[in-house]
Amino acid sequence: MTATPLVTLENVDKHFGELHVLRGIDLSVERGEVVVVIGPSGSGKSTLCRTINRLETIDGGAITIDGVPLPEEGRGLARLRSDVGMVFQSFNLFAHKTVLQNVTIGPIKVRKKSKAAAEKRALELLDRVGIANQANKYPAQLSGGQQQRVAIARALAMEPKVLMFDEPTSALDPEMVQEVLDVMTSLAAEGMTMIVVTHEMGFARRAANRVVFMADGEIVEQAAPDDFFANPSSQRAKDFLSKILSH
Amino acid sequence: MEAFLGNLDKVIDGFSWTVRLTLCSALFSFILGVVLTAMRVSPVPMMRGLATVYVEGIRNTPLTLVLLFCGLGINSALGVALADSVKWDVFWWAVIGLSAYTACFVSESLRAGVNTVPLGQVEAARSLGLTFTQNLRLIVLPQALRSVVGPLGSVLIALTKNTTIASVAGLGVQEASRQMKLMFDQGIAPVIPTFIGFALGFLILTLPTGFFFGWLSKRVAVAR
Ligand SMILES: Nc1ncnc2c1ncn2[C@@H]1O[C@H](COP(=O)(O)OP(=O)(O)O)[C@@H](O)[C@H]1O
Ligand SMILES: [Mg+2]
Repeated sequence: MTATPLVTLENVDKHFGELHVLRGIDLSVERGEVVVVIGPSGSGKSTLCRTINRLETIDGGAITIDGVPLPEEGRGLARLRSDVGMVFQSFNLFAHKTVLQNVTIGPIKVRKKSKAAAEKRALELLDRVGIANQANKYPAQLSGGQQQRVAIARALAMEPKVLMFDEPTSALDPEMVQEVLDVMTSLAAEGMTMIVVTHEMGFARRAANRVVFMADGEIVEQAAPDDFFANPSSQRAKDFLSKILSH
Repeated sequence: MEAFLGNLDKVIDGFSWTVRLTLCSALFSFILGVVLTAMRVSPVPMMRGLATVYVEGIRNTPLTLVLLFCGLGINSALGVALADSVKWDVFWWAVIGLSAYTACFVSESLRAGVNTVPLGQVEAARSLGLTFTQNLRLIVLPQALRSVVGPLGSVLIALTKNTTIASVAGLGVQEASRQMKLMFDQGIAPVIPTFIGFALGFLILTLPTGFFFGWLSKRVAVAR
């Protein structure tokens, strides 16, 4: 098989009422690629992520995952979503389930794995993100950084084809940002396909293959991180970078 | 007081029917209440509509009318029997009426509980690939239920007291309040002590229910 991109968006449009949030977005992400999406608040980055696993519907254009168009509703959609992992800004761990249950629920209920196999794998993943010893705690008993690492383990347990991160460190206290970025960096190094909305420029430089800059619902420019940070070609990107880098 | 205690077997028999009515109706109204709640949050407009019409319709009808409809309407007029003996036939019709009515309040409580579950929980479950029903069964309803244990306790207490209407509304279940009235009618018990005795009997049923649900609601509360 020729290498079709893993994720493609073609001329994707999305409105919230009058508001035109995504304007003719074209984007394709190759297998193993790490794409960082940056842009001002309100530019449509979260919406972009959410359309890719159809937490938001689109008004026009087409999205494919691994060559398959996103199904409309029902079981086909659920199956496809299980291949697209999502890590949220606010973690969204299931509050009434333990850490271990959070990580095993998908494999057991969606992938139909046995409980034993799911737990064995979950403990490996929790170990890998550094929280195996907290497996029986509830999310509220963990720090934000720990919760976000559990959320990453939960997404990984589904063995997704692509992982999406929507500002995964924005809700964290500063001292916890690095522990989450470290996990993400090692995933990137291992060849996981990732789409990451973040303002962590260090992570973008270190781990990304490509930076996509969005403003007002459009992709304004995209380039390798070094090129983008050194020579942004658009005025809007220059303005944006000068604002966040001057902090 | 002696007369009251002398008829203790009647009192106990009455309350045994009260408890049976309460437990059976609690079970069925809980099941129906969950189904109604699921319908009311379903993505299918038709389901939502049906459930809303049911809940708003029955909830706003006096319980006496609901039970009269079951007793005089379906049971007597249409001659539909649910059991061979009259005693059990009226019992089951009363359970149906009480359950149909109480389910509306269970559903209202649960729906308030569903509203306390943050949208992020639902989205995380969706993004794992859980289907709508799995999401409801594994994530939303368990959290909703935990947040409305207290209100459900109040619904159960109201149900316990509402069982007394089952005899007034033509369904001659021999529950506690009917036993009391029979004791008055037969002139075998002085009025005031008997009243107090039966009222205490209801307190003995409902007070622990309230304490238990209060304790349970703290125990199962979801920390966020
Ligand atoms: N559910 C929604 N309903 C209405 N407007 C929304 C909704 N979600 C986002 N928006 C609006 O869409 C625009 C893009 O939002 P978002 O994708 O969250 O941007 P970003 O993540 O880049 O900050 C913003 O103007 C936001 O207010
Ligand atoms: Mg956002």
